[in-house]
Amino acid sequence: MNVHEYQAKQLMREFNINTLNGKVAKTVDEAVAAAKELGGSVWVVKAQIHAGGRGKAGGVKLAKSLDEVKAHAQDILGKTLVTHQTGPEGKKVLTLLIEEGCEIAHEYYAGLVLDRNTGRVTFMASIEGGVEIEKVAEETPEKIIKVAVDPAAGFTPFMGRKLAYGIGLKDKDLVKKAAKFFSGLYDLYMAKDCTIAEINPLVLTKGGDIIALDGKLNFDASALFRHPEIEALRDPTEESAKELEAAEFGLSYIELDGNIGCLVNGAGLAMGTLDIISLFGGKPANFLDVGGGATKETVEKAFSIILQDDNVTAILVNIFGGIMKCDIIAEGVVAAAKSLSLKVPLVVRLEGTNVALGKKILNESDLDIIAADDLADAATKVVEAAKKGEA
Amino acid sequence: MAILVGRDTKLITIGYTGKQGTFHSLQSRDYGTNFVGGVTPGKGGMVHEGFPVFNTVVEAIEKTQANAAMIFVPPPFAADSILECIDAKIPLIIAITEGIPITDMVKVKAALRGSESRLIGPNCPGIITPGECKIGIMPGHIHMPGKVGVISRSGTLTYEAVYQLTQREIGQSTCVGIGGDPVNGTNFIDMLELFEKDPETEAVIMIGEIGGSAETDAGRWIKKNMTKPVVSFIAGASAPPGKRMGHAGAIISGGDDTAEAKFRILEECGVTIARSPAELGAKVEEVLKK
Repeated sequence: MNVHEYQAKQLMREFNINTLNGKVAKTVDEAVAAAKELGGSVWVVKAQIHAGGRGKAGGVKLAKSLDEVKAHAQDILGKTLVTHQTGPEGKKVLTLLIEEGCEIAHEYYAGLVLDRNTGRVTFMASIEGGVEIEKVAEETPEKIIKVAVDPAAGFTPFMGRKLAYGIGLKDKDLVKKAAKFFSGLYDLYMAKDCTIAEINPLVLTKGGDIIALDGKLNFDASALFRHPEIEALRDPTEESAKELEAAEFGLSYIELDGNIGCLVNGAGLAMGTLDIISLFGGKPANFLDVGGGATKETVEKAFSIILQDDNVTAILVNIFGGIMKCDIIAEGVVAAAKSLSLKVPLVVRLEGTNVALGKKILNESDLDIIAADDLADAATKVVEAAKKGEA
Repeated sequence: MAILVGRDTKLITIGYTGKQGTFHSLQSRDYGTNFVGGVTPGKGGMVHEGFPVFNTVVEAIEKTQANAAMIFVPPPFAADSILECIDAKIPLIIAITEGIPITDMVKVKAALRGSESRLIGPNCPGIITPGECKIGIMPGHIHMPGKVGVISRSGTLTYEAVYQLTQREIGQSTCVGIGGDPVNGTNFIDMLELFEKDPETEAVIMIGEIGGSAETDAGRWIKKNMTKPVVSFIAGASAPPGKRMGHAGAIISGGDDTAEAKFRILEECGVTIARSPAELGAKVEEVLKK
């Protein structure tokens, strides 16, 4: 789960990580009032969306007067930002963060991620901040300092020093400040079950402070049960309504831009089904994993979510029953086709647990179902049916 | 036996008295697995569906000589159960539970180092040596004893591959689901190593996904060490970057973790590639004829 920059910074402050003073604004008036309250003579007006690359897209602007704060707020609020992380449709800005300015001496990078190979959390820091870290990793990997943290020992003082010296800090006080900053970020990562904690840039100010100028936190969806305080930060306007609706029913749904609706059990088979459809020249409209515990009702719900997408011209149901029983899927398919008065062609491939019973239920219904024998047959038939639907 | 499990396996289930735990324990028993009992704290001393229930894993092992544990404990408590199994020195732990927090698994992974236990999973269908022993949630009837090892990050996609092998009467030596989570107990290389040594295995199917580098690491290992043919499919060629495709581990985060990059590297390492999951059986048939 993602949160906004201003929310990430609130959490950071709880872990003694320095940030600049800032206030949230939802309107132009609030933005001006926020700047007045913060005081000073320089402010930064920052769009709050769940995507990086805001600066380049015109979502982060420096203001040197209250009039400029007003002008920038007017410009950014309501604007749709398109960045390398938003997709071509972009994201509309509904919230601003007004922050006090600071004088930057240098921009660094600090980030924590999971190293899947070792199963350890790894701290990365670089003297090259404010740029894409992937680029630094590719072009000058020697400029990234890494420390893998043993979960039993935790983040120990030498690690903080290693990172601080590694990014070129020399002054004793500064090294101390940076080490404390890094240690706080690790504590935050572990305490809140993050999957990413990234500060880019981490800045050294001319006044000698180490500050998180930006902050990105991502949280493990599987750990939200023990973090209601994080769940409360969820911004539904940043997430697909359909994906949220699906999740409520235990369905894993992701909207794609094709026209073949897919209903599959299991994430791997669901991905594999999209792949084979693409290989056969079709375009999937969605990823949908009904999971192992689906009931007749959830299958019906899955159909209604797939059909909310007007682009869908054919549907493929691909089930390999393990825990999931084919007869339950079949009952759900029949019920959904009737209650939603299904108009697009439906290709069904059933295999595995209770397959005979499932096929019988489908055969005895008066539905117009295109039965498929195996995965390749299913993909061929649904691609064909979808093409007819387009014409 | 093929690898890891067979006729000598004695299974206990942690979380046995729960609905899923009971159902799949009995299914395993019906398949022929030597199921000997279960653990549910607070229910020790009970007999559930004809099998003894114990309060602790240590006690269960003492009384039943179990050498494998299947975990059916809900996500908030599953890591603790795995740690209890490691503490009890049980050689094989199979965690079926989906949705264990990653930081919990980071701790489990650390506890596994230097321990006497091997963990399969979590978030996996389990492990089966057809005709001998089934531990997990896979449908037993689609399997057939044979000579191809199967290793996979995905459950239903494994069934797909298994079914294609059974239809061609090739069968499987052992099928291992290593799970779809970012931190798991056993990786592809661990299993490839066992299959390479197993006289009953003649070829291996490796089913991977987008995300991480487990498949490409395995490819490089195969190039160096493997004499038996490996056929591989990577799911997620059509997945958009940045979107988590169901499994916590199946997300493209940049670099070499796209399906395309994995296919390319595996091919360079001498692995036979199936671009379509429907081709796995046919590809295996081809490599076995060579």
